Amino acid sequence: MAKNISVTIKFWKQNGPKDKGHFDTHELKNIPDDTSFLEALDIMNEELINEGKEPFVFDHDCREGICGMCSLYINGTPHGKTERGATTCQLYMRRFKDGETITVEPWRSAGFPVIKDCMVDRNAFDKIMQAGGYTSVRTGQAQDANAILIPKEDADEAMDCASCIGCGACVAACKNGSAMLFVSSKVSQLALLPQGRVEAAKRAKAMVAKMDELGFGNCTNTRACEAVCPKCETISNIARLNREFICAKLAD
Amino acid sequence: MAKVLDSKIPAGPVPEKWKEYKAHQRLVNPKNKLKLDVIVVGTGLAGASAAASLAEMGFNVYNFCIQDSPRRAHSIAAQGGINAAKNYQNDGDSVYRLFYDTVKGGDYRAREANVYRLAEVSNNIIDQCVAQGVPFAREYGGMLANRSFGGAQVSRTFYAKGQTGQQLLLGAYSSLSKEVQRGKVKLFTRYEMEDVVIVDGRARGIIAKNLVTGKLERFSANAVVIATGGYGNTYFLSTNAMGCNCTAAVQCFRKGAMMANPSYVQIHPTCIPVHGDKQSKLTLMSESLRNDGRIWVPKKLEDAKALQAGTKQGYEIPEEDRDYYLERRYPAFGNLVPRDVASRAAKERCDKGFGVNNTGLAVFLDFSESIQRLGIDEIRQRYGNLFDMYEEITDVNPGEKACTKNGVDYYYPMMIFPAIHYTMGGVWVDYELQTTIPGLFAIGECNFSDHGANRLGASALMQGLADGYFVLPYTIQNYLADQAIWPRLSTDLPEFAATEKAVEKEIDRLMNIKGKRSVDSIHKELGHIMWEHVGMGRTKEGLEEGLKLLKALRKEFDTNLFIPGSKEGLNVELDKAIHLRDFILMGELVAYDALHREESCGGHFREEHQTEEGEAKRDDENFFYVGCWDYQGSDDKAPELVKEPLNYEIIKVQTRNYKN
Repeated sequence: MAKNISVTIKFWKQNGPKDKGHFDTHELKNIPDDTSFLEALDIMNEELINEGKEPFVFDHDCREGICGMCSLYINGTPHGKTERGATTCQLYMRRFKDGETITVEPWRSAGFPVIKDCMVDRNAFDKIMQAGGYTSVRTGQAQDANAILIPKEDADEAMDCASCIGCGACVAACKNGSAMLFVSSKVSQLALLPQGRVEAAKRAKAMVAKMDELGFGNCTNTRACEAVCPKCETISNIARLNREFICAKLAD
Repeated sequence: MAKVLDSKIPAGPVPEKWKEYKAHQRLVNPKNKLKLDVIVVGTGLAGASAAASLAEMGFNVYNFCIQDSPRRAHSIAAQGGINAAKNYQNDGDSVYRLFYDTVKGGDYRAREANVYRLAEVSNNIIDQCVAQGVPFAREYGGMLANRSFGGAQVSRTFYAKGQTGQQLLLGAYSSLSKEVQRGKVKLFTRYEMEDVVIVDGRARGIIAKNLVTGKLERFSANAVVIATGGYGNTYFLSTNAMGCNCTAAVQCFRKGAMMANPSYVQIHPTCIPVHGDKQSKLTLMSESLRNDGRIWVPKKLEDAKALQAGTKQGYEIPEEDRDYYLERRYPAFGNLVPRDVASRAAKERCDKGFGVNNTGLAVFLDFSESIQRLGIDEIRQRYGNLFDMYEEITDVNPGEKACTKNGVDYYYPMMIFPAIHYTMGGVWVDYELQTTIPGLFAIGECNFSDHGANRLGASALMQGLADGYFVLPYTIQNYLADQAIWPRLSTDLPEFAATEKAVEKEIDRLMNIKGKRSVDSIHKELGHIMWEHVGMGRTKEGLEEGLKLLKALRKEFDTNLFIPGSKEGLNVELDKAIHLRDFILMGELVAYDALHREESCGGHFREEHQTEEGEAKRDDENFFYVGCWDYQGSDDKAPELVKEPLNYEIIKVQTRNYKN
């Protein structure tokens, strides 16, 4: 049976990228602990609106952990702390104690400027994808899907790499603000499959160059990214990316 | 005078129609393609695949999405898989069989020609996605793996773990990214289409709102394609994402695009139940759970009351006091009856007071028997990830033993309840996917075309990608062929200015209501009205009452809405208010259509029209047509019905039977 808890939400308000920003607080009383964290924020917003105030702005959409839209830094951890990998929308109030103060901040990284409050601009990820995150096949050119056999192990590993949801928690957790886990997951997925192998070297170089250009830092193997990834991507992807990248550079 | 709809279905035998069409359609030469601009609104499976394909062909594409990236579109959440008639399993599948299963699954309310084409291009989709690097599941020999889904006797579903939609969307998003890099697609993220601009009777552009700055912007093109998804969120609670809305489609409806079969709404039986009035959305639990789980409620009302009060737990109720109502009512199919049947049966029990949670709106899905039979390891092998997901949300682990009585182990049962999942109805389109407005096309879930009155599992992804990769890029050329002679339209034309002004005026109207109620509080009320009166079991009285309540709710919205902040800059509440305005009108359309359709078919169930055993009763004599609704110039006027008769050339229309 659900029990009710009361918490204080300490949330980040910032009116655009140039504003300095500050924390506001709001008391939430008697929230059933089977409420999701984002639903608790809905309740808070409803209360704020009823007081004539503007609601707290944050990104969210599918609320089932797959779209990658939700992006809150909760009590010092991207997406908040759970036992298995989970996104902000999969976090429930039973993870918090009665009377607790919950601090909510945006992803803080040079690569993700704040739009408003905790909504950030992650266009940089799209730009990195545009630099090379694809196979250059046009619609209608494909041969029969079973014409090239792919070992099950390779397909499964590619699938694990492809599970990245592009939320940006890895960047938010990294002290260098590096996007290596994101980039390496896409590079790995495509490098593991024969369809993507052809352009693997070019892709690795182009995506890394774009990442550097957009102001993301580099990887120093602290593994903070993998600890917070809601889809459990691992830094062995980064090792693979480094191999692809070095081989490509040596060939130049 | 009533309008007449021309579905433009090509002549000739059904299996030859698409080939014939492609052989004789008009094409645009490569030079002229460079002069032609196409607006694509939406970046889900249909939108992203269409934008990428059109750009590859040489057209200039303007692609819009409301999220921060095209990859967020709700196609990403589809779990199960995608159908194709590859017959890799050598189990007798064929294009004809996929076509037949889809028409039958749709309760004989879809167009034969459209569905045949869908089945025909299904194989190309799989080839295309593999070439993009979509990591479909494979067998040890390196071949693609398949699984079975409801409504079929063959194994034709391709899948990527439980994340097929995600992988297919990322494939389309990759192709789209490639075209953005080539400069052929211009991408506008965090933009929302507010209206379509009509010049000389043709769709020639859109007015879009930059959601970050709040400014309205004008875009001109030679054709407009909307790929903006379904209207499931009309019901407030659904498995749709929070941002899913029908504003683009409803605005096109106001401008003259007809809306077809709005009453065909799919309700999925296995979702996690509503836990309270603060809930924001419903989470789907895969249909596959019904293979090994048994659905039940207590036999005794006093047990149900105790469960609702929390003084008793499900596992404490002995075997003889459990009512496995699906096995009781449908001995032949048991727990594996189709979605619509399972959903209605759950509602029937809960309506009688047998619901098992605090709200009285849930039934048990119990694995005790199968765990006893197969062992917990086997069951976890099959459903482990779903059990984890369920536990994360509800704090109950269905694989955990609760007690042992008389030597029998009882496990904590799951609780499930039906939820709105998909809308088969949508914008009316002809065979070319063109709406009743020339130059305006609708693809994916937002059109009505291929699923009839009920969609089969793993068919939504197939239709979205078929429309976007393989159908629209051809058919749109037939329209664009003679458009290249016209110069690009300036957005300074009076038609653009007038449309923008109308949108601006409407935004001012909403901002200036300055009432007392938040958008969400009115939206929740809309959801209650829709679920109660226009939901799973519909009656004439209920629908009439629903329509009355909807009109009253619109008045409440128009007079008592409160939007904080200003229209300048980002204003999430304003955007939600615009969506809600259109959900209310859409709700009325669903109710009008449901009221007029005096039969039960697929997702539309009228309680007056059922057999003695409580099964859906179709009326092919009087309702063998597509019900299309035409806007009458004002939200206050009832829309007018226009019928597009269905014409079956090869399939014999029959009754579906699940009892024996």
